[in-house]
Amino acid sequence: MKSSTARKQKNHTRQPQSWLAENPLVSLFVVFLALFLLTGAVQPNFLSINGVRNTLLQAAPLGILAAAQTALMLTGGIDLSVAMIATGAAYVAANQSPNGAGVALLAGTLVGLLIGSVNGVGVALFRVNPLIMTLAMSGILLGLFTAWTQTVLAGSTQMAPFIKLLGGGAWMGSVPYSVLVWGGVTLLVFWLFRRSGWGRLLYAIGDNERAVRLAGVRVWQVRLSAYMLSGMLAAIAGMLLGGRTGAVDLQLAGAFLLPSVAAAVIGGTSIFGGVGGYTGTILGALILSVLNSLLTFLNVGQAIQQMVYGSIVLALAWGYASLMRRSGS
Amino acid sequence: MSKPKLLLATQAIAKSYGPVTALRSVDLTVRGGEIHALLGANGAGKSTLVKILAGVQPADQGVLRVEGQIVRFRTPADALHAGIATVFQDPALIPDLTVAQNLHLSRIDRTHFRDGLGWFGLERLDLAALVRELPLETLRIVDLVRAVARQPHVLLLDELTAALTAEQAERVFALLRDWKKQGKSAVLITHRLAEVMHICDQATILRDGRNVAELAPANVTEHQLVEAMLGASLEPTSAASRSERPPGDTLLEVRGLTARHLVQEVSFAVRSGEILGLVALEGQGQERLFDLLSGNRQPTAGEIWVNGTRCHFRSPYDAVRRGVVLVPGDRVIALLPNQSVQHNLATPLFGKLTSWWRLPSNEGTQVQRTVEQLSIDTRAAAQVRRLSGGNQQKVVLGRWLVGGFRTLLCFDPTRGIDIQTKHEIYALLRKLAAQGAAIVLYTSELAEIGLVCDRVLVLHRGRIVDEQDARRATESSLLTAAHGLEAPV
Repeated sequence: MKSSTARKQKNHTRQPQSWLAENPLVSLFVVFLALFLLTGAVQPNFLSINGVRNTLLQAAPLGILAAAQTALMLTGGIDLSVAMIATGAAYVAANQSPNGAGVALLAGTLVGLLIGSVNGVGVALFRVNPLIMTLAMSGILLGLFTAWTQTVLAGSTQMAPFIKLLGGGAWMGSVPYSVLVWGGVTLLVFWLFRRSGWGRLLYAIGDNERAVRLAGVRVWQVRLSAYMLSGMLAAIAGMLLGGRTGAVDLQLAGAFLLPSVAAAVIGGTSIFGGVGGYTGTILGALILSVLNSLLTFLNVGQAIQQMVYGSIVLALAWGYASLMRRSGS
Repeated sequence: MSKPKLLLATQAIAKSYGPVTALRSVDLTVRGGEIHALLGANGAGKSTLVKILAGVQPADQGVLRVEGQIVRFRTPADALHAGIATVFQDPALIPDLTVAQNLHLSRIDRTHFRDGLGWFGLERLDLAALVRELPLETLRIVDLVRAVARQPHVLLLDELTAALTAEQAERVFALLRDWKKQGKSAVLITHRLAEVMHICDQATILRDGRNVAELAPANVTEHQLVEAMLGASLEPTSAASRSERPPGDTLLEVRGLTARHLVQEVSFAVRSGEILGLVALEGQGQERLFDLLSGNRQPTAGEIWVNGTRCHFRSPYDAVRRGVVLVPGDRVIALLPNQSVQHNLATPLFGKLTSWWRLPSNEGTQVQRTVEQLSIDTRAAAQVRRLSGGNQQKVVLGRWLVGGFRTLLCFDPTRGIDIQTKHEIYALLRKLAAQGAAIVLYTSELAEIGLVCDRVLVLHRGRIVDEQDARRATESSLLTAAHGLEAPV
C-alpha cells in the first residue's frame, strides 16, 4: 500500500517516460550521442571528421551482420553462424582472388548463399530450432575451414587489391568504401522491411506463424529466403572485414557474433519476433562501435574492457526492455 | 436486515494504454452474497477492469477496496492473497504440463479440487493428462474448480460459460447459488443476457470506460439491459435481410469426408449465395471438419471438390488459392497481435511468391474500404492486441474481404462478442452471400441459425445426422438432432 503522495510523484514522472516509450529510437540516439561525447572527452582527437570516419568504418561490418540478425530475429529466428559464414566467405574470396576481384566477390557471396540455404532448409523444412541449427552449422564450418586451410585453401590468405580497397579504402579519400557498401545494404534492408510484401511477412511470421499460414502463405518459403539473405549479408560483411585487414584467418569475424545479436537487441528488435526494425539496429551498431573505441582509449586492459562492455550491453538491453514494458503490454 | 458488507469496491478507476483510454472512471461495488454481472458492449472496458481487479495490470488512477481496506495489486498473487480469484477468458493453465503439475504450481489442495470436479461430473478426469490434450470446455471447468479451491471471497468469471455446454453452464449456476449462500460473491462477465436474468442479483453496465448504470435484473427486461449497454434504443432483433434469390452454382462439395473416428463420411454441398449452418454439441468433430475443409489437416478418406474440380489441400495455401478461406474459432490464432490493423488485414495479399517484391498500390484503399465496411474501431490501430475482442474478430473477417474468397468457412464467429457486433456480423454474412459467396457457418448459438442461415446440418459423433430448413428449424428441433435423437413426428 503506497501513500497518496508517492502515487502523485509517480504520475509526475510518467509523462516524459511514456513519451520516451513511444519514441524509443530518440532515447537510443541520446545514448549514442552521450557515449560519443564521453569518448571525445577522454580522447579529444575523437571529436573530428576522422573520429566519425573511424566509428563508421568500425560499425560497417557489424551493421551488416546485425542486419542479417535483425531480419531473422523478426521472424523469431537467429543466426549464430554469421561469424563463421563471414570468415568462410572471406577465405573463399581470398582463394579466388588470383582470378580477379569479381570472381572472388561472387564466389564469397555464393558461399554465404549456400550456407544460408542449408540453415534455412534445416529451420524451415525440418523444423530444427534455429539456435541449434545455426550453432551446429557454426561448429561444422569451423571444422571444415580448419581442415581446408591445410588443404584446398592452403596459402590463400591474401585478398585481391580491389577487395582491400573496398574494405579499407575511402572514396575521394574521405568516405570509406565499406561505409558506402553498408549504405547500400541499409537501403536494401529498409526497402525489404518496409516496402515489400516479403518484409511484411517477416514481421507477421515472428508475430504469429499460424495466422500467416491460415492466410494462405507458405511460411517455409519466407523462412528459407530469410536465412539465404542472412547468409549473403554475412558473406558481404566477411569480405569487407577481410579486405580491411588484407589477410584472412580463422578468427577474422569471431568477435562480431555476439555484438551482431546485441546491436539488434539494443536497437529494440525482439528476440521473440514480430517487433523491431533496422533503424534501431543501426543505432545499436554505432553505440557498440563507439563503446569499443571508448574502452580502447581508456586503456584499461583487456579483462576490464570485456567486463565493462558486457555490463553496458546488459544495461542497455535492460533499459530498453523496461522502457517498452512501460509503454503498456 | 442490515445490508451485507462490501466485499469489493472500486472508485474512479482509470486506465489508458498509450493514447487509448480503456477506462475513464469506474465505480463498482460488489456486496457479500451477491452475483454481480458486469455488462457492456465491445470496448466498453470490461476486460481491462477484470485485469485490474485480478492484479494483472495496475490502474492508472482510482482506488480499489477489498472489505473496506484500500489495496494495491502489483501482481496476480496480490489479488489472490486479498481473496479475489479470477477465471480468465483463456484458461490460465500451462499447456505442456499435466493438470496435476499445474495444480502443484498453484499450490492447490488436491482433495478440494477433486470435490470440485465431482460437482461437474468430471471426477474421473485424469490429472496426469497434459493440459493441451484436454478440450477447451474441460479446461475452463478445471480453471474454475481451481479458482474455487483457493477459497476466495470474490470470484471473477470472464465469459466462463461461452465454451460450456448448457448442462455444464447449469452446474456452474448451481455452484454460484451455493456460493452466495456462504456470503461470498462473484462477478460475472457475459454476453448471454439470459444468464444475467437467470442468476445475477445486480448488474453494473459499462459504456465507453464508465459505469453508466447499476440495475437489478429482477426489475428490468433484457431489452432494457441492452439499451443501457448501447446507450440508445436498439431495433428489435430481426433476421438479417435474406435475399430471396435462388442459390447459384455449387462452389464447395465434399463426398464421404473422413478423418479417423473424428469425422465420418461427411457429404454436403454449398452453393453460391447460400449460407449453410452447422450445429453440433461440443466435441462432435466440427473442429476437425473445418480443419479438413481449410487445408489445415488432411482427411484419411473422401473427396473435396471446389467449383467442380477435385482438390487435394495439402496446406491452407492450397485452399486459399482455390478461394476456400477460414475464420477460425479462436481469433487469437488468426491475428498478428503486435502488428497494425492495416498489416493484419493485408496479410492474405502476400501469399504468392510474385507478390513479395512490392506492396500492392491499392493496399491502402482496400484496407480503408474494409475498415469502413466493418466499422472497425481504429483508435488502437497501431497494435491489434490493444483492440477489443469484437474489433479483433472484425479484423479476422476483414482479412478475407481484403484477400478475396469464394467460400467462407466461419467457425463460431460471434463467440464472446457483444450483441451489436453480432448483428453487424450477421448482416455482413448475408451481404457476402448475396454477392455470390458460399458460406459454411458453425455456431454454438442456436438462435443464429434461424437468423442467418438458409439450410442447417447437424453433426453428431462425426456424422451428419440431420438436415433442416433453417427458416423452419427451432432451437428444440436442432438440439434434439444434435443429441442424436430422432425428431418427434
